[in-house]
Amino acid sequence: MTTTAASAATPAAPPHGLSRAQLHELYYYMRLTRSLEERLVNLYRQTKVIGGLFRSLGQEADSVGSAYALDRTRGDFLSPLIRNLGSMLVQGAQPLEILRQYMAKAESPTRGRELNIHYGDLDRGFIGQISHLGDMVPVMAGVALSFKMRKQPRVGLVYVGDGAMSTGAFHEGINFAAVQRLPMVIVCENNGYSFSTPMRKQTAVAQLVDKAAAYGIPGVRADGNDVLAVYGATKPAVELARNGGGCTLIELVTYRRKGHAEHDNQSYVPAGEIEAWEAKDPIDRCIRDFTAAGWATAGELADIDARIASLLDEAVGACENEPMPEAMSALDGVLADPARTELEWYRRIDG
Amino acid sequence: MAEVTYLEAIRQGMQEEMRRDENVFILGEDIGAYGGAFKVTEGFLAEFGERRVIDTPIAEAAIVGAAAGAAHMGLRPVAEMQFIDFISCAYDMLTNYVATARYRAGLPTPMVVRGPSGGYVRGGPFHSQNPEAAFLHTPGLKIVCPATARDAKGLIKSAIRDDDPVLYFEHKYLYRRIKEHLPEGEEILTPIGKARVAREGKDLTIVTWSAMVYKALEAAERLEKEDGLQVEVLDLRTLLPMDDEAIMTSVRKTNRVLIAHEDTRTGGVAGEITARINDQAFEWLDAPVRRVTAHDVPLPYAPTLEDFVLPQTDDLVVAARWLAAY
Ligand SMILES: Cc1ncc(C[n+]2csc(CCOP(=O)(O)OP(=O)(O)O)c2C)c(N)n1
Repeated sequence: MTTTAASAATPAAPPHGLSRAQLHELYYYMRLTRSLEERLVNLYRQTKVIGGLFRSLGQEADSVGSAYALDRTRGDFLSPLIRNLGSMLVQGAQPLEILRQYMAKAESPTRGRELNIHYGDLDRGFIGQISHLGDMVPVMAGVALSFKMRKQPRVGLVYVGDGAMSTGAFHEGINFAAVQRLPMVIVCENNGYSFSTPMRKQTAVAQLVDKAAAYGIPGVRADGNDVLAVYGATKPAVELARNGGGCTLIELVTYRRKGHAEHDNQSYVPAGEIEAWEAKDPIDRCIRDFTAAGWATAGELADIDARIASLLDEAVGACENEPMPEAMSALDGVLADPARTELEWYRRIDG
Repeated sequence: MAEVTYLEAIRQGMQEEMRRDENVFILGEDIGAYGGAFKVTEGFLAEFGERRVIDTPIAEAAIVGAAAGAAHMGLRPVAEMQFIDFISCAYDMLTNYVATARYRAGLPTPMVVRGPSGGYVRGGPFHSQNPEAAFLHTPGLKIVCPATARDAKGLIKSAIRDDDPVLYFEHKYLYRRIKEHLPEGEEILTPIGKARVAREGKDLTIVTWSAMVYKALEAAERLEKEDGLQVEVLDLRTLLPMDDEAIMTSVRKTNRVLIAHEDTRTGGVAGEITARINDQAFEWLDAPVRRVTAHDVPLPYAPTLEDFVLPQTDDLVVAARWLAAY
């Protein structure tokens, strides 16, 4: 989108039928994602995060803009990947839940069983990923299949990385969805790397979106660092799916500015590459574009930042001193019946 | 003599075999420029080049399948699973194709699939698994699980030289915690299929492998100090083919057996060992064979939960006392 001297007095209407308030919401979720991750970095350095920490720095627009294209009032679903904290927040995940997950707290959504953003909530319309890449594509196909079978006008959106697209599960899932014309959107975040592996070692196609043709479904490619372009690419795919048009593959071109996880020093990244993408930061860009077009004032955005800061202060404060789960709770809920796994014999005799 | 960590021992073993035999090559995710998620293959790309150090797409079935095809043609691939938890993505390839190749079609398939297994590291359900039981049931595979740096080196070298497919499960908890003097220039070839007595004893045997060996040794020490018990610790090292002779020798000596493993109980390897002892040495037993394993739940992330679910040294002590008093 262009920022031609739109006067602040009579700003042009925002694109894609979005309202000013919705643009502010997009900014809110991007900023919330980044600020929450920054809090997590601090907690990680204080060894309060138990496992690894995964960042989406520089990818906030692709997560937020794509998830925002779903209609939560109609019961749309998504399944995120490790770098889709922003999508989870849009879909209703709470910062306090995320903090509790990372810190393995008893009150975390998985009660300390799973790590980081690996959790879901059927009521809010998201299904937690497992680590095994690609697996969520067939799972989301099943969610979408249920929509189709029940003739519900709902859509499922699933994320994959450029690396995860190499898995067998991805291939089987997208093909299944394509053949069944399921109401589904597959969002591929092309962030340049899977761990240390550059895209050219992951696939021989020039663009990931080229793979859509192989499945006989439409493919769309957009600038993943431009939240409005992301929304603009995803929204029509969501509506196509809702209206019986089947599955779309969307490639969002972005860049992973941090290492695979906090411990990765990115020694494999060519000099200058990260800096070049810093200049394309999606949040900076959003601020520039929105203020230049008159869709937001600097004051309004600063208010949002302040709101987020106090929200996060409160969440971190609330979470930090919470207990970890009680040990015996580990035995609950492997099955519905029996609901509790037997305690091993050696714990039933006293030492 | 240099002190070598468990991790360096694996690296050295692979390096030595790659230097010795042009046909040995490695493939896996992020193993080249990055040197592997745990840096096991650090330096390999520089020394052996892109032809023999292959960074692959994220595609475990293709990694294992391609290794099999190359092995048929006389190469000796060593495939890395970034975490052993992802070997499940290649389960079809390993159990249906690789394991049956020799029997079904007379195809030699000399290949190794290796990777970091095991818990006690807060890795949660998908970065902590011990998948040996999933493969023990399939004829046609060998499974090794080294506990010491010497065996880590000796078993990777033997696995690479073996003419059949070998699953090599290394324990990530041991990577940098275990160190040992390994004489430079010594050719260490730990035989596949041979257990090792890690500690001699006469009152009771703990049969175990991998990281659990250290908990068994700790328990043995405590039991000696506090109860005057002489506990033998048998480190199986190889699970397939299993060293029945070593197990039965120890059973005949101590007459009491505790089997300890980190994986969950039901369908676990301990059940198989128990059956073998029943078959081959029942009359030598003074007590039922007992097992200490993880609880039958997916491995949870929170330290309070993980520590509870996984077997600890205290559990071995309690169980051994029960057995000794039987
Ligand atoms: C089946 C499988 N194999 C290997 C891994 C280990 N792994 C975790 S993340 C990752 C890289 C993922 O890259 P990509 O899909 O591009 O997502 P990104 O991290 O770039 O967001 C790898 C190899 C895994 N999680 N699942």
